[in-house]
Amino acid sequence: MVLKIFFPQCCNRAESGLLVGRWISGHDSAVVLAVIHYPFIPGQVKQYIQQMQAQSGVELTVLGSWSLPKEGQESMESFLRDLSTIFPQQRWLQVSRQMGKMGFICEVVNRNQTALAPPILLTKKQNEEEEEKVIFVHYEQRKVMLSQLHPTESGDPDPNTEPSSELKQVFQTVARSQPLFFLDRYDDGPLKSTHWQSEGREASIIVELLKQASVPLCMLISWLLALWTWISVSSVSCRIFSLYPLRFLSSKLSTCVQISYRTEHMRTLSSPKPAAGHKQFMRKGNILVSFLVDVGLGILLMSWLYRDDHIATLANMLMPAADHVAKELEELLQWLMGAPAGLKMNRALDQVLGRFFLYHIHLWISYIHLMSPFIEGILWYGGLSVCLGLTFALSLLSDMVALLTFHIYCFYVYGARLYCLKIYGLSSLWRLFRGKKWNVLRQRVDSCSYDVDQLFIGTLLFTILLFLLPTTALYYLVFTLLRLVVVLFQGILHLSVDFINSFPLFAMGLRIFRPYRLAEGVKFQVLCDEPGTALHLLMEINPLKCSTVVQTYRTPTYSCYPRDSWAALVKKLFVGELIYPWRHKSTKAD
Amino acid sequence: MEDEAFTDISGKPISLDCQSHSSFCREFIISSPKVSMGKVMVYTCSVWLLAYAVFFFTQNTAVLSGAILVTLVGMMLHIHFVKVDHESLLVIGSLGIQVSSSYASGREITTFIEMSKIKDIVINEAIYMHQIIYYLCVLLKDPSEPDAVSSVVPLFQSSKPRLNCLVKVYKSCQEILSKCQ
Repeated sequence: MVLKIFFPQCCNRAESGLLVGRWISGHDSAVVLAVIHYPFIPGQVKQYIQQMQAQSGVELTVLGSWSLPKEGQESMESFLRDLSTIFPQQRWLQVSRQMGKMGFICEVVNRNQTALAPPILLTKKQNEEEEEKVIFVHYEQRKVMLSQLHPTESGDPDPNTEPSSELKQVFQTVARSQPLFFLDRYDDGPLKSTHWQSEGREASIIVELLKQASVPLCMLISWLLALWTWISVSSVSCRIFSLYPLRFLSSKLSTCVQISYRTEHMRTLSSPKPAAGHKQFMRKGNILVSFLVDVGLGILLMSWLYRDDHIATLANMLMPAADHVAKELEELLQWLMGAPAGLKMNRALDQVLGRFFLYHIHLWISYIHLMSPFIEGILWYGGLSVCLGLTFALSLLSDMVALLTFHIYCFYVYGARLYCLKIYGLSSLWRLFRGKKWNVLRQRVDSCSYDVDQLFIGTLLFTILLFLLPTTALYYLVFTLLRLVVVLFQGILHLSVDFINSFPLFAMGLRIFRPYRLAEGVKFQVLCDEPGTALHLLMEINPLKCSTVVQTYRTPTYSCYPRDSWAALVKKLFVGELIYPWRHKSTKAD
Repeated sequence: MEDEAFTDISGKPISLDCQSHSSFCREFIISSPKVSMGKVMVYTCSVWLLAYAVFFFTQNTAVLSGAILVTLVGMMLHIHFVKVDHESLLVIGSLGIQVSSSYASGREITTFIEMSKIKDIVINEAIYMHQIIYYLCVLLKDPSEPDAVSSVVPLFQSSKPRLNCLVKVYKSCQEILSKCQ
């Protein structure tokens, strides 16, 4: 077997001492965590290690000895041997390094039968029998301590169970033995040790102050949230607000959806409990960063809107635009009422439908003109909500588009209903032709014998429906195209809102600025292979791919669920079922 | 350390470089031939001639600058995403296998497979276009059922060496694997 020793890079030039670390059972490898320097009292070392073990939950042991003799210092061969009897272990490593040479020399002392023979003799014999091979894997302690190896365990990671993979065990051991690294170089304790040390104690004062400040802030936010929830719940429980149309409206308006979504986010953020596990922590970070970016963009937009009276300009532009759309629609209807594209329509039905729609436009325009004095005020006060974030501005815009193009929606619904009725009538009469009928009880087509009268009436109706179909189909086609344009615009707005809500900005930032924090795996590099010394490898952290970061850490939103496929959409359009930019309640509920 | 010449499946010369760092750690590097100057010239000239022909008929100078841009961007994309300079396989006994491929621009993609996940290394055959080729692959095992093969990682995918080269790599890999199990 080959013995693997994971050795921290910061201990390369440490003074001679004891190696403290952990044996990884089942994999024949050891993780060195720190070097405790001479001189020490063995009792104190044992006590210190026990204390650290209790704090970190890692089975720390003394692995062996480390010697780096300075110039003019004789080697301490016999002394090192004696050390192994003070700290009784199954295996005792003697790692030594000579000044001016790159490689380490490692000797492994096995103490299987300590009672029978003196350990020194046994070592020599075993070295001759089977030369034990050693690999030194150098790792950077700080990076390994901070990094999170992917894929993380699904579900609740149980800290007590050991992962099967060797690298995961190494990473976990280094991450969990953080208390060991708190011992400072300048501390005046009885023990001196070398390991990774943080160099930013001064900066951490700011972090501590922020941590202190975040507690009352979280409490304030959660209190406000509780108030907000109480208001909304009590208003729902009130009789007026629990009426069907209001609830229906609020579920369809994207601003309301965005508000409920944001409330959920803030509730996650302001929970007083610290994040349990890596996933939860990343989720909180993502939500916080995307919230801050969203608000920042919103405030930028607001400063532009309110600076040069842009709101008034917008409101003044809105009315002519609505008028213009209505005029275009009227022209379109006039064209349809004549002979559109050279088609000869059923004149009577064409006129009826055209007049109906014209009257509708007239109604709509008078409604808009009635509203026109208030539009600027509505925009001004509505614009204030932009300070809550750009997503609010976008969802507000989407709602306004939906309200201003309500006439197009109405036309579409009338056209679709008429068309749907004809299609269903034609299909059932076609069954009558073939001597079949739809059995409602059994949900299938049965054969049936009709009378002559029934057949006559059916044929008559079928002919009428068939000849009237092109007229309705034309109206349906034109209004569906108009509707699709609006739906497309709203869909783009929803997509961008969704993108801002769900993009994992925090994880992306970590990936770019601290690539070692999210590790996909490791990569090894052969450092040196001097003859006579052990093989040295350098372990570097392989950062996660950007696409995997987005996939793993994106916040789930409603658009993550499967939408209608294109084929289903086309089928719906053909049959004349209604299509919506929002999703149906049954699928959106959870 | 030795350097030998082999050919890949389409007959182009490739070189296999075996480095033995220790008795249980070996590295195999297969280098593909560099981009030939003539090929670059042919592609660039054909794009520019085409652009000039279009320019001759339309008298639109944007076509010419577009052609320059297309060739430059195409070359950059080619050396960054398509052209693999060399692929290496690092076998470390009892630790694992590292597969890396470095592109002509210096981009490197590395994956490390732990020994506990590896079942074996084998030479497999596959149907590729109209021929049957041999390739080296690592068989991975599922931790839940140790006997079954959960997935296959093919090695030297872009340089596609011939069987004689694969056999050489295979033999020395097996030597290390058998020693460390």
